[in-house]
Amino acid sequence: MEQEPRIGVYICHCGVNIAATVEVEEVAAAAADLPGVVVSRDYTYMCSDPGQALIKEDIRAYGLNRVVVASCSPRMHEPTFRAASEQAGVNPYQVEMANIREQCSWVHKDKRQATEKANLLVASAVAKAVHLEALGDREVDVTPGALVIGGGIAGMAAALDVADTGLQAYLVEKADHLGGRVADLNRTFPTLESVSELLPPLIERVQNHPNITVFLNSEVAQVNGYVGNFEVSVTGAADGEAGELEEGTIKVGSIVVATGYDVFDPDRLPEFGYSDYPNVITSLEMEERLMEGDLTVNGRTPERVAFIQCVGSRDKQLGNPHCSRVCCMYTAKQSRLVREMLPDAEVTVFYIDVRTFGKGGEEFYDDARSKGVRYRRGNVSEIYRKPGEPERVILVAEDTLLGQPIDFEADLVVLAVGMEARESTSKISQLLKLPRSADGFFLEAHPKLRPVDTAMAGVFLAGCCQGPKDIPDTVAQAKAAASSALIPLIRGSVPVESATAVVSEELCAGCGMCVEVCPYEAPALDQLWRVSRINPVLCEGCGACAATCPSSAIRMQHFTAEQVLAQVDALISS
Amino acid sequence: MALKTARMTEELELFGCIQCGKCTGGCPVARKTTLNIRDLIYHMMVDSDMDLDTHAELWDCTACFTCVERCPKDVQPAELIIALRGELVEGGRIPETIGTALMSIFRQGNPSSMARQDRDLWAEGMEASLEQAKQAAQDGCDLLYFVGCIPAYDNRVQPVARALMRVFESAGLDVGALGTDETCCGNEVRRMGEVGLFEMLVEENGEMLRNVGADQIVTTSPHCFNTFKNEYGLPDTEILHYTQLLAHLLEEGDLTFGGSLASEEGEKKVVTYHDPCFLGKQNQVYDEPRAIIKAIPGVELVEMDRSRERSLCCEGGGGRMWVEGTNLEERIAFQRVQEAADTGADILAVACPFCLLTLEDAVKVQGLDEQLRVMDIMELVDQVLEEDVPDASDQE
Repeated sequence: MEQEPRIGVYICHCGVNIAATVEVEEVAAAAADLPGVVVSRDYTYMCSDPGQALIKEDIRAYGLNRVVVASCSPRMHEPTFRAASEQAGVNPYQVEMANIREQCSWVHKDKRQATEKANLLVASAVAKAVHLEALGDREVDVTPGALVIGGGIAGMAAALDVADTGLQAYLVEKADHLGGRVADLNRTFPTLESVSELLPPLIERVQNHPNITVFLNSEVAQVNGYVGNFEVSVTGAADGEAGELEEGTIKVGSIVVATGYDVFDPDRLPEFGYSDYPNVITSLEMEERLMEGDLTVNGRTPERVAFIQCVGSRDKQLGNPHCSRVCCMYTAKQSRLVREMLPDAEVTVFYIDVRTFGKGGEEFYDDARSKGVRYRRGNVSEIYRKPGEPERVILVAEDTLLGQPIDFEADLVVLAVGMEARESTSKISQLLKLPRSADGFFLEAHPKLRPVDTAMAGVFLAGCCQGPKDIPDTVAQAKAAASSALIPLIRGSVPVESATAVVSEELCAGCGMCVEVCPYEAPALDQLWRVSRINPVLCEGCGACAATCPSSAIRMQHFTAEQVLAQVDALISS
Repeated sequence: MALKTARMTEELELFGCIQCGKCTGGCPVARKTTLNIRDLIYHMMVDSDMDLDTHAELWDCTACFTCVERCPKDVQPAELIIALRGELVEGGRIPETIGTALMSIFRQGNPSSMARQDRDLWAEGMEASLEQAKQAAQDGCDLLYFVGCIPAYDNRVQPVARALMRVFESAGLDVGALGTDETCCGNEVRRMGEVGLFEMLVEENGEMLRNVGADQIVTTSPHCFNTFKNEYGLPDTEILHYTQLLAHLLEEGDLTFGGSLASEEGEKKVVTYHDPCFLGKQNQVYDEPRAIIKAIPGVELVEMDRSRERSLCCEGGGGRMWVEGTNLEERIAFQRVQEAADTGADILAVACPFCLLTLEDAVKVQGLDEQLRVMDIMELVDQVLEEDVPDASDQE
């Protein structure tokens, strides 16, 4: 039976974020008079430990059974206040939030009007709280295995950590070999360790691991399901060494995305003449040359070698506003190796800022300069062929420290090309419903506290698909992603949101409109009884079915018509 | 004359600059004068005042906008020069010749101190065609031909406009023209910093162009094309440079060429093409001029190494036709015609009245006139036009 609502209202100052624009004391006083409200307070930071303690003490002292917090967006702290209330005995679904920061104090200037709006938002939240129902926790069992998309160094590192726990890892790689972009490199910075010593043992471990199934020449075509129970179709896999495949489908509990990056195409900067001049090459082509130990260009040994930094990075016009984070270091590496191979050659690096931030990075940059690599500040604007000496090119630049335009002659030019989001990012993003950041890479759930999580539960990010990284950072992130992906697998079950839609079978006419509108394939028609049944595990609680149902047979829990209308009434009645 | 930097720095968003030097590095005049746009931006950011009297080099800028094209941070370096020139215009501290050009535009609608009523003189020998076009503009026409000041008045460029009229007739196009009502487009006026006059021209010309109501406006000059397209706010009108129109006519088969430029022995004329900054770098029209040249019988197109996005500036834009700048001796055009000659070309083709004048002058000064002729693409086209046009008087 419904309990008499006993509501506590808490108005947060958020320091000055709210309090500077909204008269918080006044809002708290106004809320005290609202129906059902037993206690109303304001406090500097409701999300702080003392703030949460305040709520818990009140719940016990006043016998509260509803809590309303007026503060920031529920995306920020709803879990905090739900957890605090639950600890003191209030059902987490009987906690309501009013967003008086993003939707009020941050967007308004007039204190009077902002305060009035905050009053309305709080009254509205209280009106809903009166009707809030307690909902139970739900858990579902998990399929104990993980899918890793991408067989580069990130994907391999993640797959190995999953597999080493004894659980199954499936590694899907588009190419016909493992190793990804690292396989194209010669030596790594800052240790100058050869990739041929680093990579093959790793690939061998992955290939021979009893708990890793590798699918080469394969791509993920479709992903259904949810955290704990994903069903993944893999194309190209069925005819491969598909040991455990059922009609090209893999069942896993979590997914690690490690799809890597694209290399910037320097033809998008035609002023560098990359396609016109054989002696203008990319840094990856330089890796190949260093591997082969041959720097001959246009039939002669170069006497003057120039490196150009930030090609395709830090460039808003190209849509790549980001720093690619590795070019400064690999340029220091390559320029130094060139100095060692060609002691008589003049080696010059044109840069804007030198960013050698990683462990051992600055020392490595010091080494490159002490080996005689010249660093000149000022980025190159244009390259053209030297008139009368076609084997040479002229770099048109300004040495900004001299304040002088210069025409710099070079026999070999290396463009330090940056990283871009992979072209396939949009496809994977659609398959897994993953948001992307402005730079095109996949967006992590929180830049600091949830750096390998995504907006999709059970899907994690590793390596350069999330943003440019060097190898140490990539492997660290891959191991973090593997560890996060293992949490549901080891736990054995996952909690799922209880705010789902339910069908009243007496009212349902079996028209099937809910089946059509649901993006998650949660409702299905029972052919025998001609009624819709909603699989609560698949339901994401979006409410599309409830809004569509012509006979109002679907009730969206936690957002019932009664609750929403009470909210609207409170907003318009004043 | 001291300028307080704070407001302008903020308005032009100069704090976005990371001092990478791509602007000055790519600047064609930075190599010959003290103009250093990167350095100017730096001073705007760190100093509270700037003494404009010590910056005569501000008038060296050709407004080629290479700096704007190259800037990775989307700062518009050239706009700072335009704004600083604006301060000088406001303060009355401008080179005398610039003042004369601006005054002439204000009074006579052209920068060359010519009389407004003489603006039709270009159409010598084809007066009937022009009268018909003027009538068409009054009655309302689909295509309006905007001749431009230099093609209207300059003896050397007038044949370009006449050739264009013959193309319209050959392709059977009903074209309108404004006659002596046509007034300077103001593209260089804005770049010389005379914002007030520019706004007046935009308003008056804009009204006139809207009254004609043509679907398309075609210009002789990339400079008129640029300002109509990007600065006039004529969303219902398609603005075309003549090279775009011709390339389209050729593609559709509405214009065909006869005859050939090859010698009697069948030796083809070797042509190289110089990209005008206002057509190429600033508006990315690279392919259409080349398509026309390639369609001309008896012509072989060769490219200079520095072409398209890497084309050199002829130094005629941004008001530089009316002010010499601080370095008279070295001209970029000298270097440019040498590059053209080095390709072995017989003809250096251009598609801009300013380029035609500056480069032809350079060919003479450099003593290259025996081997290299500078010609507008229209002059080449004129020699192979199919139809016999009655008043084709100026063919050599």
